[in-house]
Amino acid sequence: MLRNYIKMSLKVLRRRPFFTFISLFAIGFTLTALTTSAALIDHTLAPMPPETMLDRTLGIYHMTAKGETVQVNSNPGYKLLDRCIHDLPGTEMVTVFSSAGSVNSYLAGRKIESHMKRTDGAYWKVMHFDFLEGHPYTEDDDRNANFVAVINERTRREFFGNTNAVGKTIEADGQRFRVTGVVADVPIYRNNPFADIWVPIRTAKNDHYRSEYSGGFTGLILARSRAAFPEIRREFQARVSQIDLADLELPGVQVLSARPETYTEAASREILGTPVEKTRTAYLYACFAGLMVLFMLLPTISLININVSRILERASEIGVRKAFGASKFTLVAQFVTENVILTLLGGTIAFIASWGILAGFTWLGVVPYAQFSPNLRIFAVALAIALFFGVFSGVYPAWKMSRLHPVDALRGTTL
Amino acid sequence: MISLKEVEKVYRTEEIETLALSGINLEIDEGEFVSVMGPSGSGKSTLLNVIGLLDEPSKGSVLLAGETIQGLPDRDQARIRNQQVGFIFQTFHLISDLNVIDNVEIPLLYRHLASFERRSLALRALERVGLASRVRHFPSQLSGGQQQRVAIARAIVGQPRVLLADEPTGNLDSQMGEEIMKILMGLNEDEKTTIVMVTHDARLAEKTERIVRLFDGRQVN
Ligand SMILES: Nc1ncnc2c1ncn2[C@@H]1O[C@H](COP(=O)(O)OP(=O)(O)OP(=O)(O)O)[C@@H](O)[C@H]1O
Ligand SMILES: [Mg+2]
Repeated sequence: MLRNYIKMSLKVLRRRPFFTFISLFAIGFTLTALTTSAALIDHTLAPMPPETMLDRTLGIYHMTAKGETVQVNSNPGYKLLDRCIHDLPGTEMVTVFSSAGSVNSYLAGRKIESHMKRTDGAYWKVMHFDFLEGHPYTEDDDRNANFVAVINERTRREFFGNTNAVGKTIEADGQRFRVTGVVADVPIYRNNPFADIWVPIRTAKNDHYRSEYSGGFTGLILARSRAAFPEIRREFQARVSQIDLADLELPGVQVLSARPETYTEAASREILGTPVEKTRTAYLYACFAGLMVLFMLLPTISLININVSRILERASEIGVRKAFGASKFTLVAQFVTENVILTLLGGTIAFIASWGILAGFTWLGVVPYAQFSPNLRIFAVALAIALFFGVFSGVYPAWKMSRLHPVDALRGTTL
Repeated sequence: MISLKEVEKVYRTEEIETLALSGINLEIDEGEFVSVMGPSGSGKSTLLNVIGLLDEPSKGSVLLAGETIQGLPDRDQARIRNQQVGFIFQTFHLISDLNVIDNVEIPLLYRHLASFERRSLALRALERVGLASRVRHFPSQLSGGQQQRVAIARAIVGQPRVLLADEPTGNLDSQMGEEIMKILMGLNEDEKTTIVMVTHDARLAEKTERIVRLFDGRQVN
C-alpha cells in the first residue's frame, strides 16, 4: 500500500509543478538558511581542533576598571593575568598570550602582512594544533626569550613556497625568528588559536607589557572539569579584588574586576553587549532560538496554508475516492505520504544547497582559513521540524475532509 | 438486492428544512434495470446517494446485498462502497491529476491487488467501453462522451453487483447518450449487474424494466 501512496504522490506532484515548486522552494529555502547559519554559529562556538578542550576552559577575555571619572573596558593586561591566574584550585594548566597583532615582513622587496601572537609555552598544551612539520616552542624557549616561531601553512607558503620551513628563519616586525614548527591554518573567528605567526612572549621588543593591568592579553584556564568552574571564578575574582588599585597607575579607579568566562559567555557578552556580571549563555541561545523560530514561522505558515488550500481544492477527489472505497485512514495516509515526500525532497535539496553554499564560502575564502561543512545535527533537527509541520499540516485538513460524507466532498464543500 | 424501508432524508440549513425524501419503500431485485424519473429537485440524486452510501438517510433503513448499512463503522462502509457499488455521476468526477488508466484503477487501489492485476483489469474495463486506445490521456484531453465512458469503466472495473448512475447521459448529446445506454444495457444483460439509473430522458427510461417516479421526495405511481 505504501508503494501505491508513494507512486500516487509522485504522479500528483508531477502534475502540479507550480505547487510542487513553491512547496519545495519554501521547505528548501528555510532548511538551507537554517542549516547554513547553524553551521556558521557552530563553527564559531563549538569545541573543535585546536580548541578541543573548550568545554572545560575558562578565559579571562575582559577587564573593567571603574571610577567616578574613569572607565576602562578592555582585554586584560599581562600583569593582571600573571598575578591572578597561576595556581588556581581545580586547574590543570593555564596559558597567557597576546592578541593577534598586525605585523609586516619584507621578502625580496615584497611585503607580507601577517597576524602575530606572542604566547607562553603552555599555549601549545592547552590547544591542540595540527603540526604539519616540526614542533612547538617550549616554556624554556619563552623563559630564555629564544627567537623561535611557529608559523601556519599560509605563512610557510608565503615565505618558502612549497618547501619545508623548520630550521629556516623568517623576519617579522623587524625581528628574526627560527621556525620550529608549522601548523594547519586556523580560521580568524576562532579568537584564541588564530594567528599566522606565534612567538614567545619574552621576545617582545620591550618590557612595558609586564607592568600593565589592561590591554593586549588573554588568559585561558584549563580546569580539571567543569565542576571546578565556580571555585576557579571565586578565587580568581578574590585575587583581582586584592590588587592594590594604586598600582594601576590610573588615578580615580575605585573598582577593578575581571571574571573568568566560558567562550560562549564571552561571545554572548560581545554579541548582546551585556555587562560581564549579567552575561548568561542562555540569553544567547534564546536569541538564536528566537531568530530561528521567527525565521521558520513564515515559511511554515505559508506551507500549512498551501497544504490546506491544496487539500480543499481536492475535495472532489476525496469525494471520488470515498465513493469508490477509500476509508478515512487510507485518505489521511495518502495525503500525509504526499507531504512527507515533499518535505524529504525539500530536505534533500536544502542539504545539497547548504553543502554547496558552505563549500563556496570555504573556496572563496570569505573567512580566511575557514573550513565550513554543514551541521548535521541542526539539519536533522530542522528536517524533523519540517516533517512535523508537513505531517501536521497534511493530517489536519485531510482528516477533516475525510470525515465529510462523500456527497458533501463531491460537491466541493469547504470545511 | 436493494431494499429501502420508510426512508426519509431531511436537509437542515440555518432556517429551512427541506424534505428531500419521505416514506420511500423500494425493493430492487438482483439483475434488475430500474430507472428513476421526476422533476428537478424531486429527490432523485438523494435517493441514489442514500442507496450508494454516499449519504445517510435521516430515518428508515437501507439494506444493500443483505447488509444493513446504518451504523456501520467507516471501514465497513468503505468496504461495501468498494465491493458492492459502482457510481456514475452526471459530471463524471474524474480526477484531473490522474490519467485515464489511473482513474479507472482507483476502486482497485483499495483492494489488495498487485499492480499488474490492477492494470489488466483496468484495461479490460476500458476495452469494454471502447477506450483502450486512450489510456495515457488525461481527462482534460477527452470529449464529454469519452470522459463518461472512462467513468463507466471506473464504476465497473471492480465488478460491483450494483451500478448507480445519476443522469449518466445528462451532459451528452443524444447520440452519445444512446451509446452509453447501450453499454449499460450490455452490462445488465451479460453480467446481470443490478442498475439504478436517474434520467430525464423518457426514451431511455422506457428501455428499462421498471420506472420509479418521484415527486417532491415521494414515490408516485
Ligand atoms: N446538501 C443539501 N442541503 C440542502 N438541501 C439539499 C441538499 N442537497 C439537496 N437538497 C435539496 O433536496 C432536494 C432534492 O435534491 P436532489 O438533488 O435529490 O434533486 P434531484 O431530483 O436530483 O434534482 P435534479 O434533477 O435537478 O438533479 C432539493 O430540494 C434540494 O434543494
Ligand atoms: Mg440530481
